[in-house]
Order: sequence, then C-alpha cells, then structure tokens
Amino acid sequence: MSGLVGYIFSSDFLYMWIRVATPLILPALGAVICNRSGVVHLGLEGIMLTAALFGVLGGALGGSLFWGIAAGILISLLLSVLFAYFHLSLRANNVLCGTAINTIAGGFTVFVLELITGEKGTSSSLRSFSFPNVNIPLVEDIPVLGDVLSGHNLLTYIAILMVFAVVFLLYKTPLGLRMRAVGENPNAASSVGVNVTKMRFTAVLISGVLIGLGGMYLSMGYLNMFTRDMTAGRGFIALAAAAMGQSTPVGAFLSAMVFAFFDGLSNILQLLRIPAEFVQMLPYIATIAGLTLYSIQRIYRFKRKNRLRVIEAEKSRQ
Amino acid sequence: MNRRINLIVDLTKMLLIILIACVLVFIIVFLTSQEPADAVYSFFVGPFTSLRRIGNIVEAATPLMFTALAVIIIFRAGQFSMISEGAFFIGILGAMIVAITGRMPPGIHPLAAIVFGGFCGAFVASVPAVLKMMWGVSELVTSIMLNYVVQFFTIYVVSYHYREITSSSLASLLFQETSAMPVIVEGTRVHLGVIVALVLCFLGFLFLQRTRLGFKLRVTGDNLHFAQYAGVGAAGVMVSAQVLAGAIAGIGGGAELLGMYTRFKWTSSPGYGWIGIVVALLARRNPLLVPLAAAFIGYLNVGADIMARSSDVSREVVLIIQGVMMLLIASEALLQHWRQKLIVKAAEKEAKEGNDDAPPELPDASIGGNDIPYTGVDTPTPNSPDQEGL
Amino acid sequence: MHLPCFIQKIRAGGVNVNQAVEALRMENITKVYPNGVIANKSVTFVVNQGEIHALSGENGAGKSTLMKILFGEEQPTSGTIFANGQKVNISSPTEAIRLGIGMVHQHFMLVPSLTVAENMMLGIEPRKGLKIDRKRAEKEVREISHKYNLPIEPNERVEDLTVGQKQKVEILKALLRGAKILILDEPTAVLTPQETRELFAELKTLRSNGYTIIFISHKLNEVKEFCDRITIIRRGQTMGVYPLSDISEQEISKLMVGRDVILKISKNKILPGAPAIKVRNLKILEESGRVRINNISFTVREGEILGVAGVEGNGQAQLVKALTGLGPYHSGSIELCGTDIRKKSVSDIRKLSVAHIPEDRMTIGIAPRLSVTENTVIDKTDNIRFFTRLGLSKSSEIREYGKKMVRDYHILCKTPDVSVESLSGGNIQKTVLARELSGGPKVIIADQPTRGVDVGATEFIRRQLIAMRDAGNSIFLITSDLNEVLGLSDGIIVLFEGEITAYLPDASNVTEEELGQYMLGIKRQSPEQISEVLHEQKD
Repeated sequence: MSGLVGYIFSSDFLYMWIRVATPLILPALGAVICNRSGVVHLGLEGIMLTAALFGVLGGALGGSLFWGIAAGILISLLLSVLFAYFHLSLRANNVLCGTAINTIAGGFTVFVLELITGEKGTSSSLRSFSFPNVNIPLVEDIPVLGDVLSGHNLLTYIAILMVFAVVFLLYKTPLGLRMRAVGENPNAASSVGVNVTKMRFTAVLISGVLIGLGGMYLSMGYLNMFTRDMTAGRGFIALAAAAMGQSTPVGAFLSAMVFAFFDGLSNILQLLRIPAEFVQMLPYIATIAGLTLYSIQRIYRFKRKNRLRVIEAEKSRQ
Repeated sequence: MNRRINLIVDLTKMLLIILIACVLVFIIVFLTSQEPADAVYSFFVGPFTSLRRIGNIVEAATPLMFTALAVIIIFRAGQFSMISEGAFFIGILGAMIVAITGRMPPGIHPLAAIVFGGFCGAFVASVPAVLKMMWGVSELVTSIMLNYVVQFFTIYVVSYHYREITSSSLASLLFQETSAMPVIVEGTRVHLGVIVALVLCFLGFLFLQRTRLGFKLRVTGDNLHFAQYAGVGAAGVMVSAQVLAGAIAGIGGGAELLGMYTRFKWTSSPGYGWIGIVVALLARRNPLLVPLAAAFIGYLNVGADIMARSSDVSREVVLIIQGVMMLLIASEALLQHWRQKLIVKAAEKEAKEGNDDAPPELPDASIGGNDIPYTGVDTPTPNSPDQEGL
Repeated sequence: MHLPCFIQKIRAGGVNVNQAVEALRMENITKVYPNGVIANKSVTFVVNQGEIHALSGENGAGKSTLMKILFGEEQPTSGTIFANGQKVNISSPTEAIRLGIGMVHQHFMLVPSLTVAENMMLGIEPRKGLKIDRKRAEKEVREISHKYNLPIEPNERVEDLTVGQKQKVEILKALLRGAKILILDEPTAVLTPQETRELFAELKTLRSNGYTIIFISHKLNEVKEFCDRITIIRRGQTMGVYPLSDISEQEISKLMVGRDVILKISKNKILPGAPAIKVRNLKILEESGRVRINNISFTVREGEILGVAGVEGNGQAQLVKALTGLGPYHSGSIELCGTDIRKKSVSDIRKLSVAHIPEDRMTIGIAPRLSVTENTVIDKTDNIRFFTRLGLSKSSEIREYGKKMVRDYHILCKTPDVSVESLSGGNIQKTVLARELSGGPKVIIADQPTRGVDVGATEFIRRQLIAMRDAGNSIFLITSDLNEVLGLSDGIIVLFEGEITAYLPDASNVTEEELGQYMLGIKRQSPEQISEVLHEQKD
C-alpha cells in the first residue's frame, strides 16, 4: 500500500494523470459550451468515437497527419449537424437524440473499420499518424516538474489552451454573450432578434470540434490506433465533469482532472496485480461518487445560504 | 376528431420511418457491397427461409421485449435512467451463479435463477433512483456509469470465480443441467423465456392501466408538478418504477442466459438495454405493442446476421439503422406541419358548423393565449421523454 | 350584442380619426393554434402615429396573441399587416424590430445573470476586434437612459434590480433598437402605484416625442386616464375602436365582458360555524430572504367564504402554497380542520379534507395527456371504491365516476376518455373543480378559480362554490377579480405587501372604491379592526 502512495506522488504518475485527463478536458469543454447555450449534448460519446476512427483513417488514407485531423474534424461536424438538426429543428428529445447518435456511432465505426481493414476490432493494420509529442524548452530541463509537464502530446497542450479559449469565447465575445443569454433565457434572447436555434446550432458545432479533438487524442495520441468502443464512456464522464464544474470552463477543467485522477489510479492498480476488471470500475464509480457528493454539497450550501438570508432578514426587521 | 388525426399522422409517420430504414439498408448495401442484390436478398428475405431462422427472430426479440418493457416503465414515469442495460447484464450474472452453484430440481432451478437475476437487476436499478430521490443526482449519467461498473464487475466475477480454466476464451463453468429453460418449438431454440416475456408485457400493460401504482406512475410521468400538487408521493413512485424496471430487465437477463446458453460467454455488455429504447419508442411506449416492435427489430438483427454470413456487408449496419430510426421516431416536429394543418382544418370546419346565428362558441382562448409554451426549442424538458404523438 | 351594430361603430371610429397618420394596421388577423384553439378571429387593429392606444379585453380574449403576431413571435393563420402604409410580413422579432416595433413583455425578457448593459446590447453588441467593447456599451446605455430620462446603472446585474427598474431596462432596450411603436403588455400589473405614476409620466414624454404606444391593460381607470383611443377585444374578435373621450368605463366593460359587469350572485345569509382554517402569526420568507407574508393571522369558519383581495404579487401565491403544503413557511402556525399542518406532506394535508383549486391549472392542475376520468380520480387512489386493497383499479367504478363527473360538472367533451389537454380552458377548469369538490372537502382553497374561463363556466364555478359554502364548508378565495371577491365572499381580507391591511366583515357593504384604496395601500385599518378576523372572544 505504501508503494502505491509513493507511486502516486511520483513524476510518472503525475505525467500519466495529465495524459489521461486530455480526453476528458476537451469534450468537457465542449459540453460546457453546449450547456451554457441550453443544450445538454448526449451525443458526445458517439462523436468522440467516430472522430477517433476517422482521424486514423484520414491519416492512413491521406498519408499525413493533416488529412487525419481534417477527416476527424469533418466527421465530428457532420455528426454534430445531425444531432443539432434532429434535436433543434425536428425537436427530438436530447436524450433520445444523443442515444441515437451513440448507437449509430457504435455501428458505423465498426462497419467502416471492417469495410476498410477487414477487421472489426482494431485499426492496427493501418499506418497511423499521431499528434507529435512536444518538449517545452526550458521547462523540460527543470527536474521533476520538467518530467511532469514537458513531453506531452500536442493535443494535451491544446486542451489546456482551450480552457482559456473557451473562457474568452463565453465571457468576452458577442457570440459567447448571446450563447449564455440563449441558455439562460431563450425568450429574452429571441425577443431581441437573437436566433435561438441558430445560436444553439453554432454551440453544438463549436463543441463538435472540441469533442472531435478529444476523440482523436484517444486514437492518435493516447494510443496510436483505433479500437472498437475505445471511448468507453469518456463522453459521459466529460458530461458529468461539465455538470460538476457548474458549466464553467475552469470548473469543468478541474472536475475533469479529478475524474482523470481515478482513471490514472486504475492504470497503476492494474500494475499492482489487482484484477484488471475490478480496477477498471474505478473511474465510473468515482464519477458516480463525484456527482453525488457535488449534489449533496450543493443542497447543503443552498440550505445554509437560505438560513443565513432568513436570519439576516430577521435582523434587518428588528 | 383530433384523436383520429393524431392516429393517422402517427401511423403514417411510423410507416415512413420503416420505409426510410429499409431504403437506408439498400443505400448502404449498394454503396459498399460487391454483390448488393444477394446481400439485400439475404437481409430482407433471409430471415424467413427456414423455420430455424424464423425461430431466430423470436430468439432475438425475446431479450428486447424485457428491456423495452423496462425502458417503457422508466420513461413513462418521466425518468431517464438508462439502467436497463446494466440491469439486464447483472441479471445474467445473478442467474449464472444460481445456475452453476444451485442444487435444485428442474422446474424450480431456472425459476430460482431467474428470480435471483431479477432481484439483482432491481438492486442495481435502485442505485440511480435513490441517488436522485435523496440528492437530485441526475439519474441519466449515474445510470450510464453504473452500466460500465456492472459490465466490469460481471466480467470480473466470471473470470475470477466461475471461469472454465480449460477454455482459452472467457467462458464460465457449465451450468447445472437442471437449470435449463425448456425449448418450446421443435427445430428452433425458441425457449420458455418468450412466454415469460409475453406474459410480462401483458402484465406490464395491466400494471400501467389497471393498478394504483401504475396510475400514479403515469400521472407522475405526465406532469410531475401535478403529481406533487395531488400528493401522489411522486418521489416514491419514481423509485418504484425504476426498481420494477430493473427487476424486469434482470429477469430478462436470466431468461436469456438459461434459454440460450449453457455457459456465460460475453466479454462485454450485450447492448440489449440500448436497443430496448428503440423498441420502446417503436411500440409507442405501449407494453402491448412491445412484442410486435421487438419482433421487427429482431427481424432486422437476424437479417443483418444472415447478410453478414452470406455476403461482405457486416452486421453493424443494423445499429446504424436502429439509431436512425430512433432519431426519426423521437422527432416531434416530423410531419407536425401536416398534423397541424389537419387540426386547423377540422377546427375551422367545427367553428363553421357551430356558427349559425349566435356569436360562435369559441374554445376558450386562454390555452392559446399565454399558456402555450414558446414553440422554439428552448427547454429540453426532462418531463417528456417523448409525447403521445411519438 | 348585435354584431352589425359593432361593425358600424368600428367604421365610425375609423372615420373620426381620418386626419391622423396610420402607423400600423393589422387586417383580418386570424390565428388558430396547433391544438385547434382559435385565439383571434378576423381581428382588425389600427394604431395612429403619436397616440397611446389601449388594447383591452378579458384574460384570454386574444390580446396577447394579437401582440405576439405583431411582434413576430407568432405567425397569423391568415390576415395582413401594414406598417407605415406598406404591407409587411413580420416573420420574426428581428423583422419587427427592423420595422421599428418594440415590445415590453409582461414577463420581462431579461437575462438575470447579465448586467443591464449586456442585456440592452444583446444582439447589437459594439465590438472591438473579437471582443465586446464594454466601455462603449456602457457609454451608449448611459446616453440613452439620460436622453429619455430613464435613469439606470449599466453595470448592475439585472437580478439585483427592482421590478420598476427592470421595466425601465425593457423600455430602453426597445428604444435603443430604434423602436417607434412600443407595445406594453400589462405593464402596470407588477408595479407599485408610485412606479405606475412614474411610468405614465415617462410614456407621455415619449408620446410627445412622436412615439406610438400600444398599451395592453384591463385596468379601466388607467386606460381612461391616459390613453387616447381604445380597441376592445372579446373572445378573439374586435368589439370596436373608440376615442376614450367618447366612451365611459361602464360602456367599455360592457363591451369587454358582453354584459353588465356587476354580476349579481345570489346567496343566502347563513350563520358561520366553528373555525376550520386558523392561521396565526404566519411569516413566509422567500429564498432571497425577502419577506412575502409578514405576521398575518386570520380564521375562516365553517359555512363562510373568506375572500382575499389584493393586487397580484402581494404574497397571495406564497400564502396558498403554505396552506396546501406545496411551499414552506418560516414561523407561525396553520391549523386546518383542527390539525396543525407543520411538517405535513401534501397528501397528509389532503387527507384532512382540504381541496385546492390551483391558480395555474395548466402547469399544476392537470395531467394533460391523461383522460378526463383519470384526472378526476387521481386524488382518490386511497379510496377503496376505486382501488382494491391490493392496489388494483376497479375500472367500471372509475368509468362510471368519470361519466358522473362529466355530467355533474357539465364538462363539455366527446367522452370522458379524451385527454384533458384537448378541452377548452373552461372545461379544463371544470375538470379540476370536479376532482377537488367531489372528494368531500371541508376546506376549499380556491385560487383564481375563474381566471381565463368563459362566462358560462365562470357562473357555474361560482354557483358550485356557493353551494359548497351553503353545505357548511369553509372556502378561502383568492382572486384578482374585484367583482368576484365582492360578490362571492362573506368577509374580505386585503393583502398588501404581505400584510393584512383590512378586514371587511360584510362584503355586501363594501364598494369597489373602498376596496381599491386598501388594495393599493392608500388606506389601512387599525390593528383592532383587523384582529376581528380572528373571531376570538376577547377577555
């Protein structure tokens, strides 16, 4: 057990923590944008999965990383349009719509994979182009910290930059203002001519890019091939992270880091000869526990705030 | 009048969706297959070419009936738990343990195994339900997470406690012979489970329409605020609905295991819970229509299997089709324009007929005035999984 | 009542003002909603430039729908609209804004967590590169608020503003977007008297600057006081256009309602019995800490209708919630039929024979997609007449009961099996009434029982309530309809800012003027007078 604690504080673990956080941060940011504009995007999982496959396929067929990125983002946008069109224009319930997208993605990825490689399980027969790892000059020379922070995949750094980008988008730009208005009071927004459907459509598309990048990281960074159902619920965990972060970019980032910790932990525990299946449950249990604790403290805080207000009101009356 | 219009529009919509699904099969096959005609033939006609294959349809439909019924009960209570997938799989595990370790006479053994499976399903389903009741945790996300937990837990239990060591792939020990569910149609593998499923569908209908709890459940699902105002104990109703649904899915898992297998062989959760959603929507959330809808989806699945075996098109086509069907059925606005046109026409006609001399007795406009919800897509209301009009 | 007569009057009205410039003309507007409800039937509505034009009608007459069409929020089923003489197609609010039409909604169209400036600039944000130019936004807000003398602080969050300030933001928002025609939807419903006076002054300034104002209201004194002309709508149809100098309040109300407003409700005097509702020192605080009900006490006795008069928003909603178990109260006690209801659930309270006719029937009063029958038995699931001990329903009993309810309460429907949502508002309310009154209640809390209900149904509902009272039950009646509170109640209490400001033991001796003064907080009784509502013997 002490070995475990030692391992957790090792730079290897911290490095891995950041590594496994990347595919949660990106879609969680996507979920934040959607939540803020009033769409609960349940098709995350499916979009991630499909982007993961198409990133690999695009790279292999086009012969360069560029084509991989192009194909991954394009398919994410296509599926986002599908989700947005059915949910926003044809008014399909978002849960059903998201579930449908995920079902389609589950079938579509395997179908396409088999069509192209003849295999159903992995894309290992294809040549994959991955995003490069980046060493940060100066930082990489710092002992310990350098090992933890430098040498990550390009997408990891992009994910962290995206936190700031989403803050900028939501709070500094006209588009962000409109999105937040549409999410909080759609009637108010539409009464001044802000097109609610259009705004939400835009939000779903922008988040589609982030979600797609998250998916591509799985097959072009974390691993360098696509495997069937490789997202393994990360889209839903990202959704939970966005909820726990109260739909703020920084909050979602922090929550994603918390969930990633348990993902990383499960990786180590597997090394410690604890049954793999047992350990694999950990991230999911952590998500359930995290959401529950978050809900409990929210209720508690709400109650306490009310009590305080009541007491204050009493005082001011006297 | 409106009722008839709704029926016409809904039927048309359903036929249209089935048609679109079939056309989609054609398109995909013709785009990807070397011998498209054969593939299409084996997809659509294949399932009917022998008794065994017709039996396959029933076999494929059986687990879907259980999960669809579970989904219906959850959705009609206005909840969005996706637990039928996990409840089904844990039901398989529960039944497996009893089937391997139990020492019971034939008739009793499968019964005990299935009941235990149902119990496991109910337990799993109660987790998101209780978390929501106590602290308002979204049952949607917790249930999906729980599905993964169940999957890994089940695989863990099988591979560490009940594993057949001699087998190279993951498989459990052989079940006791006393635990088998009897086959009911010679020449097929159609087992007693289908009768259980049919009976449960009927009971599910009776439950919703003819019992106090079922009544409260429908009220809660239709309008939660109203349920609270009328004091039906909405929180308790929502939990009961999910527990009951979990039990049904768990029973389904048990029946599937004992009817179709002699060992546990899955390496991941089989997805019946998710496809159950398509079946539930196709059945218009009516338990009595579940067997029909399940048979249709079962038919598609068998068709896809036959096509995959006899041609170069993989069976995953069917998931794409089912997903598209789900999208289309869930689309409330689909054909809405036409529906409205018919209703407006009918209303105008009625107004004309009732308008002879006296000022017309207009329907009170207050519903039309302030109470009509804003028609843009503003609130994805959790309260309406899908309306009556699909 | 004769249609041709009214049509002549409309024409006459048109001739009277032919020298004025038409700012707006809506011609033969018909609107049929998706559920088949006809909200407007061939309505013609003309507004001249530079006038304050009142649009009046009862709740549900179709005013709001007509204005939604004008503002592009709804599309008419048929009819044409002209703005400044040009035929226009107002497909969206954007289009309406472009045509210089601005709307101040009854429920403010503001985003609470955003600042005043952000709300006002939404959709027309000044930019600096990719970013919003906050400085310029602030400056523009300050300028326009100064120009129209509507002072407001641009950096304040809207959720922290008072109602009156929010309304200013709404008006400024419209002006900022270049509105020349302003629609105000019942703007005074939420305002205090001072705020109302302020608003009138502001609107008159706007009129003198050439703005056109459409003022939707059914408060006749306000309309009479400062509008130029009035269009009256009844049940989806125009009843005429009149210069307000030519028409009396009595005539207007006659046109609005279609009969003499004073509804004679005949009822016998009966001697009240023992107390059934006892509220003592009740205090209700909102989540925000705002005091909604401040230390009120009253008693309702058996065989008595106690009416609550008051402008909406003076604590009525919170009081009803507390009485029915749907909302919290902070201190004090509520006793229903001899039982203290602290910590009791809604169903516990219902078991004390308490019925509740809710204000908002569409949201909480019905399960819309369930049948009429099912909606009338939902509160009776513990009754072994309908469900066996094992929880199975006795369908034939339930069906019979549904038929009986439809018969007894004159619910107009094809069969009791149709879904409630397919009925008209009046019949939905009768369904609610059937459920609540048929359970043998001793205490009935009736919250706006006739709002938005047609005249026939209104009369029926009122008769039912009186019959319940004659049978010795206690009725607590909350209504914003003065006529109803005066006609139905035995005694009246007036709620003003969460306090009881008057107790009028005999409603038949009260005039509207007197009641109005209490409701608006102009007059207030002494604590001794008010405490008589307790009906307790003094030592």
